Amino acid sequence: MIEISHVNKWYTPSFQVLTDCTTSVTKGEVVVVCGPSGSGKSTLIKCVNALEPFQSGDISVDGTKVNDPKTNLPKLRSRVGMVFQHFELFPHLKIIDNLCLAQEKVLNRSRDKAMAKGMQLLERVGLKEQAQKFPANLSGGQQQRVAIARALAMDPIVMLFDEPTSALDPEMVSEVLDVMVDLAHEGMTMMVVTHEMGFARKVANRVIFMDRGEIVEDAAKEDFFGKPRSDRAQKFLSKILSH
Amino acid sequence: MFGNLDFDVIRRALPYLFFEGMTFTLTLTGLAALGGLVFGTALALMRLSGFKILGRIAGVYVDFMRSLPLVLVIFWFYFLVPYIGQWVTGASRPISVGAFASSLITFIMFEAAYFSEIMRAGIQSISRGQPAAASALGLTYGQTMRYVVLPQAFRNMLPVLITQTIVLFQDTSLVYVLSITDFLGAASKVAQRDGRLVEMYLFAAVVYFTISCIASYAVRRLQARIAIVR
Ligand SMILES: Nc1ncnc2c1ncn2[C@@H]1O[C@H](COP(=O)(O)OP(=O)(O)OP(=O)(O)O)[C@@H](O)[C@H]1O
Ligand SMILES: [Mg+2]
Repeated sequence: MIEISHVNKWYTPSFQVLTDCTTSVTKGEVVVVCGPSGSGKSTLIKCVNALEPFQSGDISVDGTKVNDPKTNLPKLRSRVGMVFQHFELFPHLKIIDNLCLAQEKVLNRSRDKAMAKGMQLLERVGLKEQAQKFPANLSGGQQQRVAIARALAMDPIVMLFDEPTSALDPEMVSEVLDVMVDLAHEGMTMMVVTHEMGFARKVANRVIFMDRGEIVEDAAKEDFFGKPRSDRAQKFLSKILSH
Repeated sequence: MFGNLDFDVIRRALPYLFFEGMTFTLTLTGLAALGGLVFGTALALMRLSGFKILGRIAGVYVDFMRSLPLVLVIFWFYFLVPYIGQWVTGASRPISVGAFASSLITFIMFEAAYFSEIMRAGIQSISRGQPAAASALGLTYGQTMRYVVLPQAFRNMLPVLITQTIVLFQDTSLVYVLSITDFLGAASKVAQRDGRLVEMYLFAAVVYFTISCIASYAVRRLQARIAIVR
């Protein structure tokens, strides 16, 4: 579903953020990406839907090459759901309109269809009553659940998550993770940057560990948590698991 | 000192002052603000587009307009527009556009320079995550601007935009150089005709002051409300 091969990216000629990253996510797979701050996790996941350009290598999603200038990027992105650390709901639109905007403007769904789909997804994340409110009136956990619903409204073939719970107060983390666990159990293909190792243990198929722009470890969950091969991954794991 | 002043002249001139003069002033202000906002937003988008040449053109335009006295622009434009029109359409004679059209175009072009700086600041005040989220949903650049970035930029900047429009409202009085009957022009004509300069100019000042004050008060109320929403 996602093929990443030999991706290199520089922000400046002297600063390389991604070094020869190669990995893939197959259909129905849940891949967790972890690693220390600044290791390039966000950058890598943003390369997948071309929110960030990269200088060499290839990425393809469902057979479409994202770094091909001929690729219709808006169309490709509309099939790839993305959830951000800071939710990024549109503050000037009501919750329901946050869910309808792209359905109407990108997928050309009628207002009625978009509303129906939107309400169905809000119900699914337990926020039907909030449809007419503005994002600022919702808690962080609620906003992030809306953001997930907004991405799902586009019927994505794959979902990308960039630290979806790290901006949340601790008591709101689980309400968001629950939604993500459900999604995983339904067979959604997911690439998730997160430090929630409980989530990884529960639903991940593979874990990728990044450090200084490199994919240091790319292993099945059991192997990763069993005995990571690299020192760096071991250190990282013992650090975050001791919390 | 007010002993020999005749304030009744104002009462008699009221219909003329307001139905002709103020109507013109408000129409010019409204249309110029609207046109200036649209053109100014286009300039702001050019400057932020990432295309060097577009940005440079818009930047030079804005700097040029902002370094000229408005009176001169009004004056020169009035005399030049007919010839520009002739050149553009290839007509055999200068095109007559009339004082209203000429002054409206002038104000739109002049105000656009100021509105563009306001809208630029407004667009830059939106966090980069917002356009990123919009793109991630599949919206095109144009749709992202239209449905996500510009509405927020406009809302955040509304108090400043209105404040600039109040300045514009006062500046429209400069059309007197084209002997147009705006509010000040009307007051001035009555003043000359009846020889009541002090009364009429005093009254004009009070009217400009009152309207601007009310508008400023409204802006402060609005600012407070926006602060709550955010
Ligand atoms: N636009 C940019 N220009 C220059 N450097 C950048 C830019 N964006 C990110 N970086 C740098 O690239 C490196 C990788 O950033 P990235 O956000 O991908 O890390 P991350 O693994 O997601 O870290 P975190 O856990 O803090 O989110 C960091 O050192 C960061 O400072
Ligand atoms: Mg990050």
